Amino acid sequence: MTLPLSFVFFVLLGLSVYFYYHAKSGIVRKAALFSDRTKALPSHYGQQSFLWAFIPSLLILLVLTIGGPNYIDQIFYNKIQELNPTFNESFVSLILAKVINVSNGKISTGEENIIMLAKDYKIAFEQLHFYRGLVVILCAALLGMIISYRQKPGSNAREQVEKFIVNIFFASAVIAIFTTVAIILSLFFEALRFFNLYNFFDFIFGLHWAPNVAIRTDQVAAEGSFGMIPVLLGTLLISFIAMCVAIPIGLLSAIYLAEFATPKIRDFVKPTLEILAGIPTVVYGYFAALTAAPFFREIGFSLGLDVSSESAIAAGAVMGIMIIPFISSLSDDVIRAVPQSLRDGSMGLGATKAETIYIVILPAAIPGLVGAVLLAVSRAIGETMIVVMAAGLSANLTVNPLESVTTVTVQIVSLLTGDTEFDDIKTLSAFGLGLALFFFTLLLNIFALSISRRLAERYD
Amino acid sequence: MTSKFRTKKVEVSYGDKKAIRDISLDIEKNIITALIGPSGCGKSTFLRCLNRMNDVIENCSIKGSIHLDEQDIYGPDIDPVELRARVGMVFQKANPFPKSIFDNIAYGPRIHGLASNDSELKDIVHNSLEKAGLMDEVKDRLNDQATGLSGGQQQRICIARAIAVSPEVILMDEPCSALDPIATAKIEELMNELSESYTIIIVTHSMQQAARVSKKTAFFHLGDLIEYNDTDKIFTQPENQKTQDYITGRFG
Repeated sequence: MTLPLSFVFFVLLGLSVYFYYHAKSGIVRKAALFSDRTKALPSHYGQQSFLWAFIPSLLILLVLTIGGPNYIDQIFYNKIQELNPTFNESFVSLILAKVINVSNGKISTGEENIIMLAKDYKIAFEQLHFYRGLVVILCAALLGMIISYRQKPGSNAREQVEKFIVNIFFASAVIAIFTTVAIILSLFFEALRFFNLYNFFDFIFGLHWAPNVAIRTDQVAAEGSFGMIPVLLGTLLISFIAMCVAIPIGLLSAIYLAEFATPKIRDFVKPTLEILAGIPTVVYGYFAALTAAPFFREIGFSLGLDVSSESAIAAGAVMGIMIIPFISSLSDDVIRAVPQSLRDGSMGLGATKAETIYIVILPAAIPGLVGAVLLAVSRAIGETMIVVMAAGLSANLTVNPLESVTTVTVQIVSLLTGDTEFDDIKTLSAFGLGLALFFFTLLLNIFALSISRRLAERYD
Repeated sequence: MTSKFRTKKVEVSYGDKKAIRDISLDIEKNIITALIGPSGCGKSTFLRCLNRMNDVIENCSIKGSIHLDEQDIYGPDIDPVELRARVGMVFQKANPFPKSIFDNIAYGPRIHGLASNDSELKDIVHNSLEKAGLMDEVKDRLNDQATGLSGGQQQRICIARAIAVSPEVILMDEPCSALDPIATAKIEELMNELSESYTIIIVTHSMQQAARVSKKTAFFHLGDLIEYNDTDKIFTQPENQKTQDYITGRFG
């Protein structure tokens, strides 16, 4: 008899739902029997029973589903090794793989031993599935009965249910934090391997970026040079250009939307602006490379300037356009959150709308506006696709927006795409760059937070 | 007695809904006039017509005429911004700007260019705080945040802020509804002093307050002006049965 996963799950769910209603009506009966009032609502007892029956059994189901097959594989691995003590590890793994494939019917073989093992393997799996289903369903039934036996009108089911819900919220928050920590750690350890091969200070203060190293030992090539300053400067330059485009346009459009636009115009303009945020960055990328770059080049040419065909200004300007909706939409919300009473107070004193906005509304909205700009800067620094397509790969140490520059993200992409070895200094340098980028945005966040705290005009 | 405001057949509607209709009354100069009535009777709407604060509200339309010193304030040559400098307003909820006390008071004089230099500005701020009876309480902390003051002090900051623009009229929309009796008493005392040089119109839910501070009282009900007379008359021998019912607490 086989009990597939979905079947077990739905039986478990059904059983738990049954215990929900069982407890809900049961507690009312018990209360009537003792002519007593229940301490919590009947539905709380139902929820408590549901959780008791469902959650532990679900965990068992998960553990058996994930761990069970590994356990069986391990048993068969040992079995094969016992039968053939002379085989080395990789050969045993190979045979195990063959056994598994034969048992699934993916391949067929004439070898008697393998067929025997495959049969055993299949039986083992069927047994696993059978016992998994049995254990899970029995566990749910048992726990459901225990809790409905223990529920009395005086016992407080609500407290336990609410505690459980709080724990779910907590677990969700912890998952986010753990993921962040895990990302930082993986970045950190890989970067550490890079700094074993390359001097840390040469990396952060070096003015020359040329990650071309010999791929084979017999190849003749220059020794790689990993100074991150030109790359970081490129990132900063492009982000700066993007912000020069996005902050004024975004903020001014937000002020227009929040303070001046009639509802009709607002209902049209705001969604339209937000469409900009929905365009994939690849599309922005080729817009930058095919339309914006030649445009800037021609303007530069007519002014007698030499604009590189992959220029920082083209990539930065298009990136700025991409960021406008972030700033405008967030700032619009922030400005509208300033209480109407402040506007009334200012207007009541005979201030014009413009005076009200400059002297009262914007200062009150500053913390939120800084937040919006900060989010936009982070977007700009981390943006990859546009710069890959439009900014170029040459690490020029320059602040001239007409030249081509490269950014941290572009370098990481070019270092990690394609066939790469993960113990190579060239590949590892990408993690060094990643770590630098991470710390840079972190510093930026701290800096901006402290500024917004100082400028904040608190209203309540 | 000279009239400061003269309103004729004022009618205000928000969209299709009429908030007040056919309000004609003259408001005398340099006294306190109280507007009373149950919630939603249109007294605040009427008050906001007097300095055109209703202009800011969408789909609000106004008919009839309102004259301030024989000048139609809805006339084509009137700039609502200038009008509001002449007719100041204090709101139900104290709404000091999230700035220092000094900057709050200096806000109006600055935007209207009333002071040509810093010392003049300082004088205006000090005078206004003095008139609002706040000077002694805040003189050492003019650079502190106004939002950190108590509710009553915040409301008096708002009054001082209105005075600083030297308006002719001060409109007050339930200025004491969020304050305790002591803060309320202070503000009433202040209103009494101010009424010597300013025309004050106050909307209030407290009939005792209307009786205490005002010289004339107008009673509004469901968008109509029911009765307008000397406060003494209204509270002792009202002519209209509705007024009688309201002030004796039979409804509202």
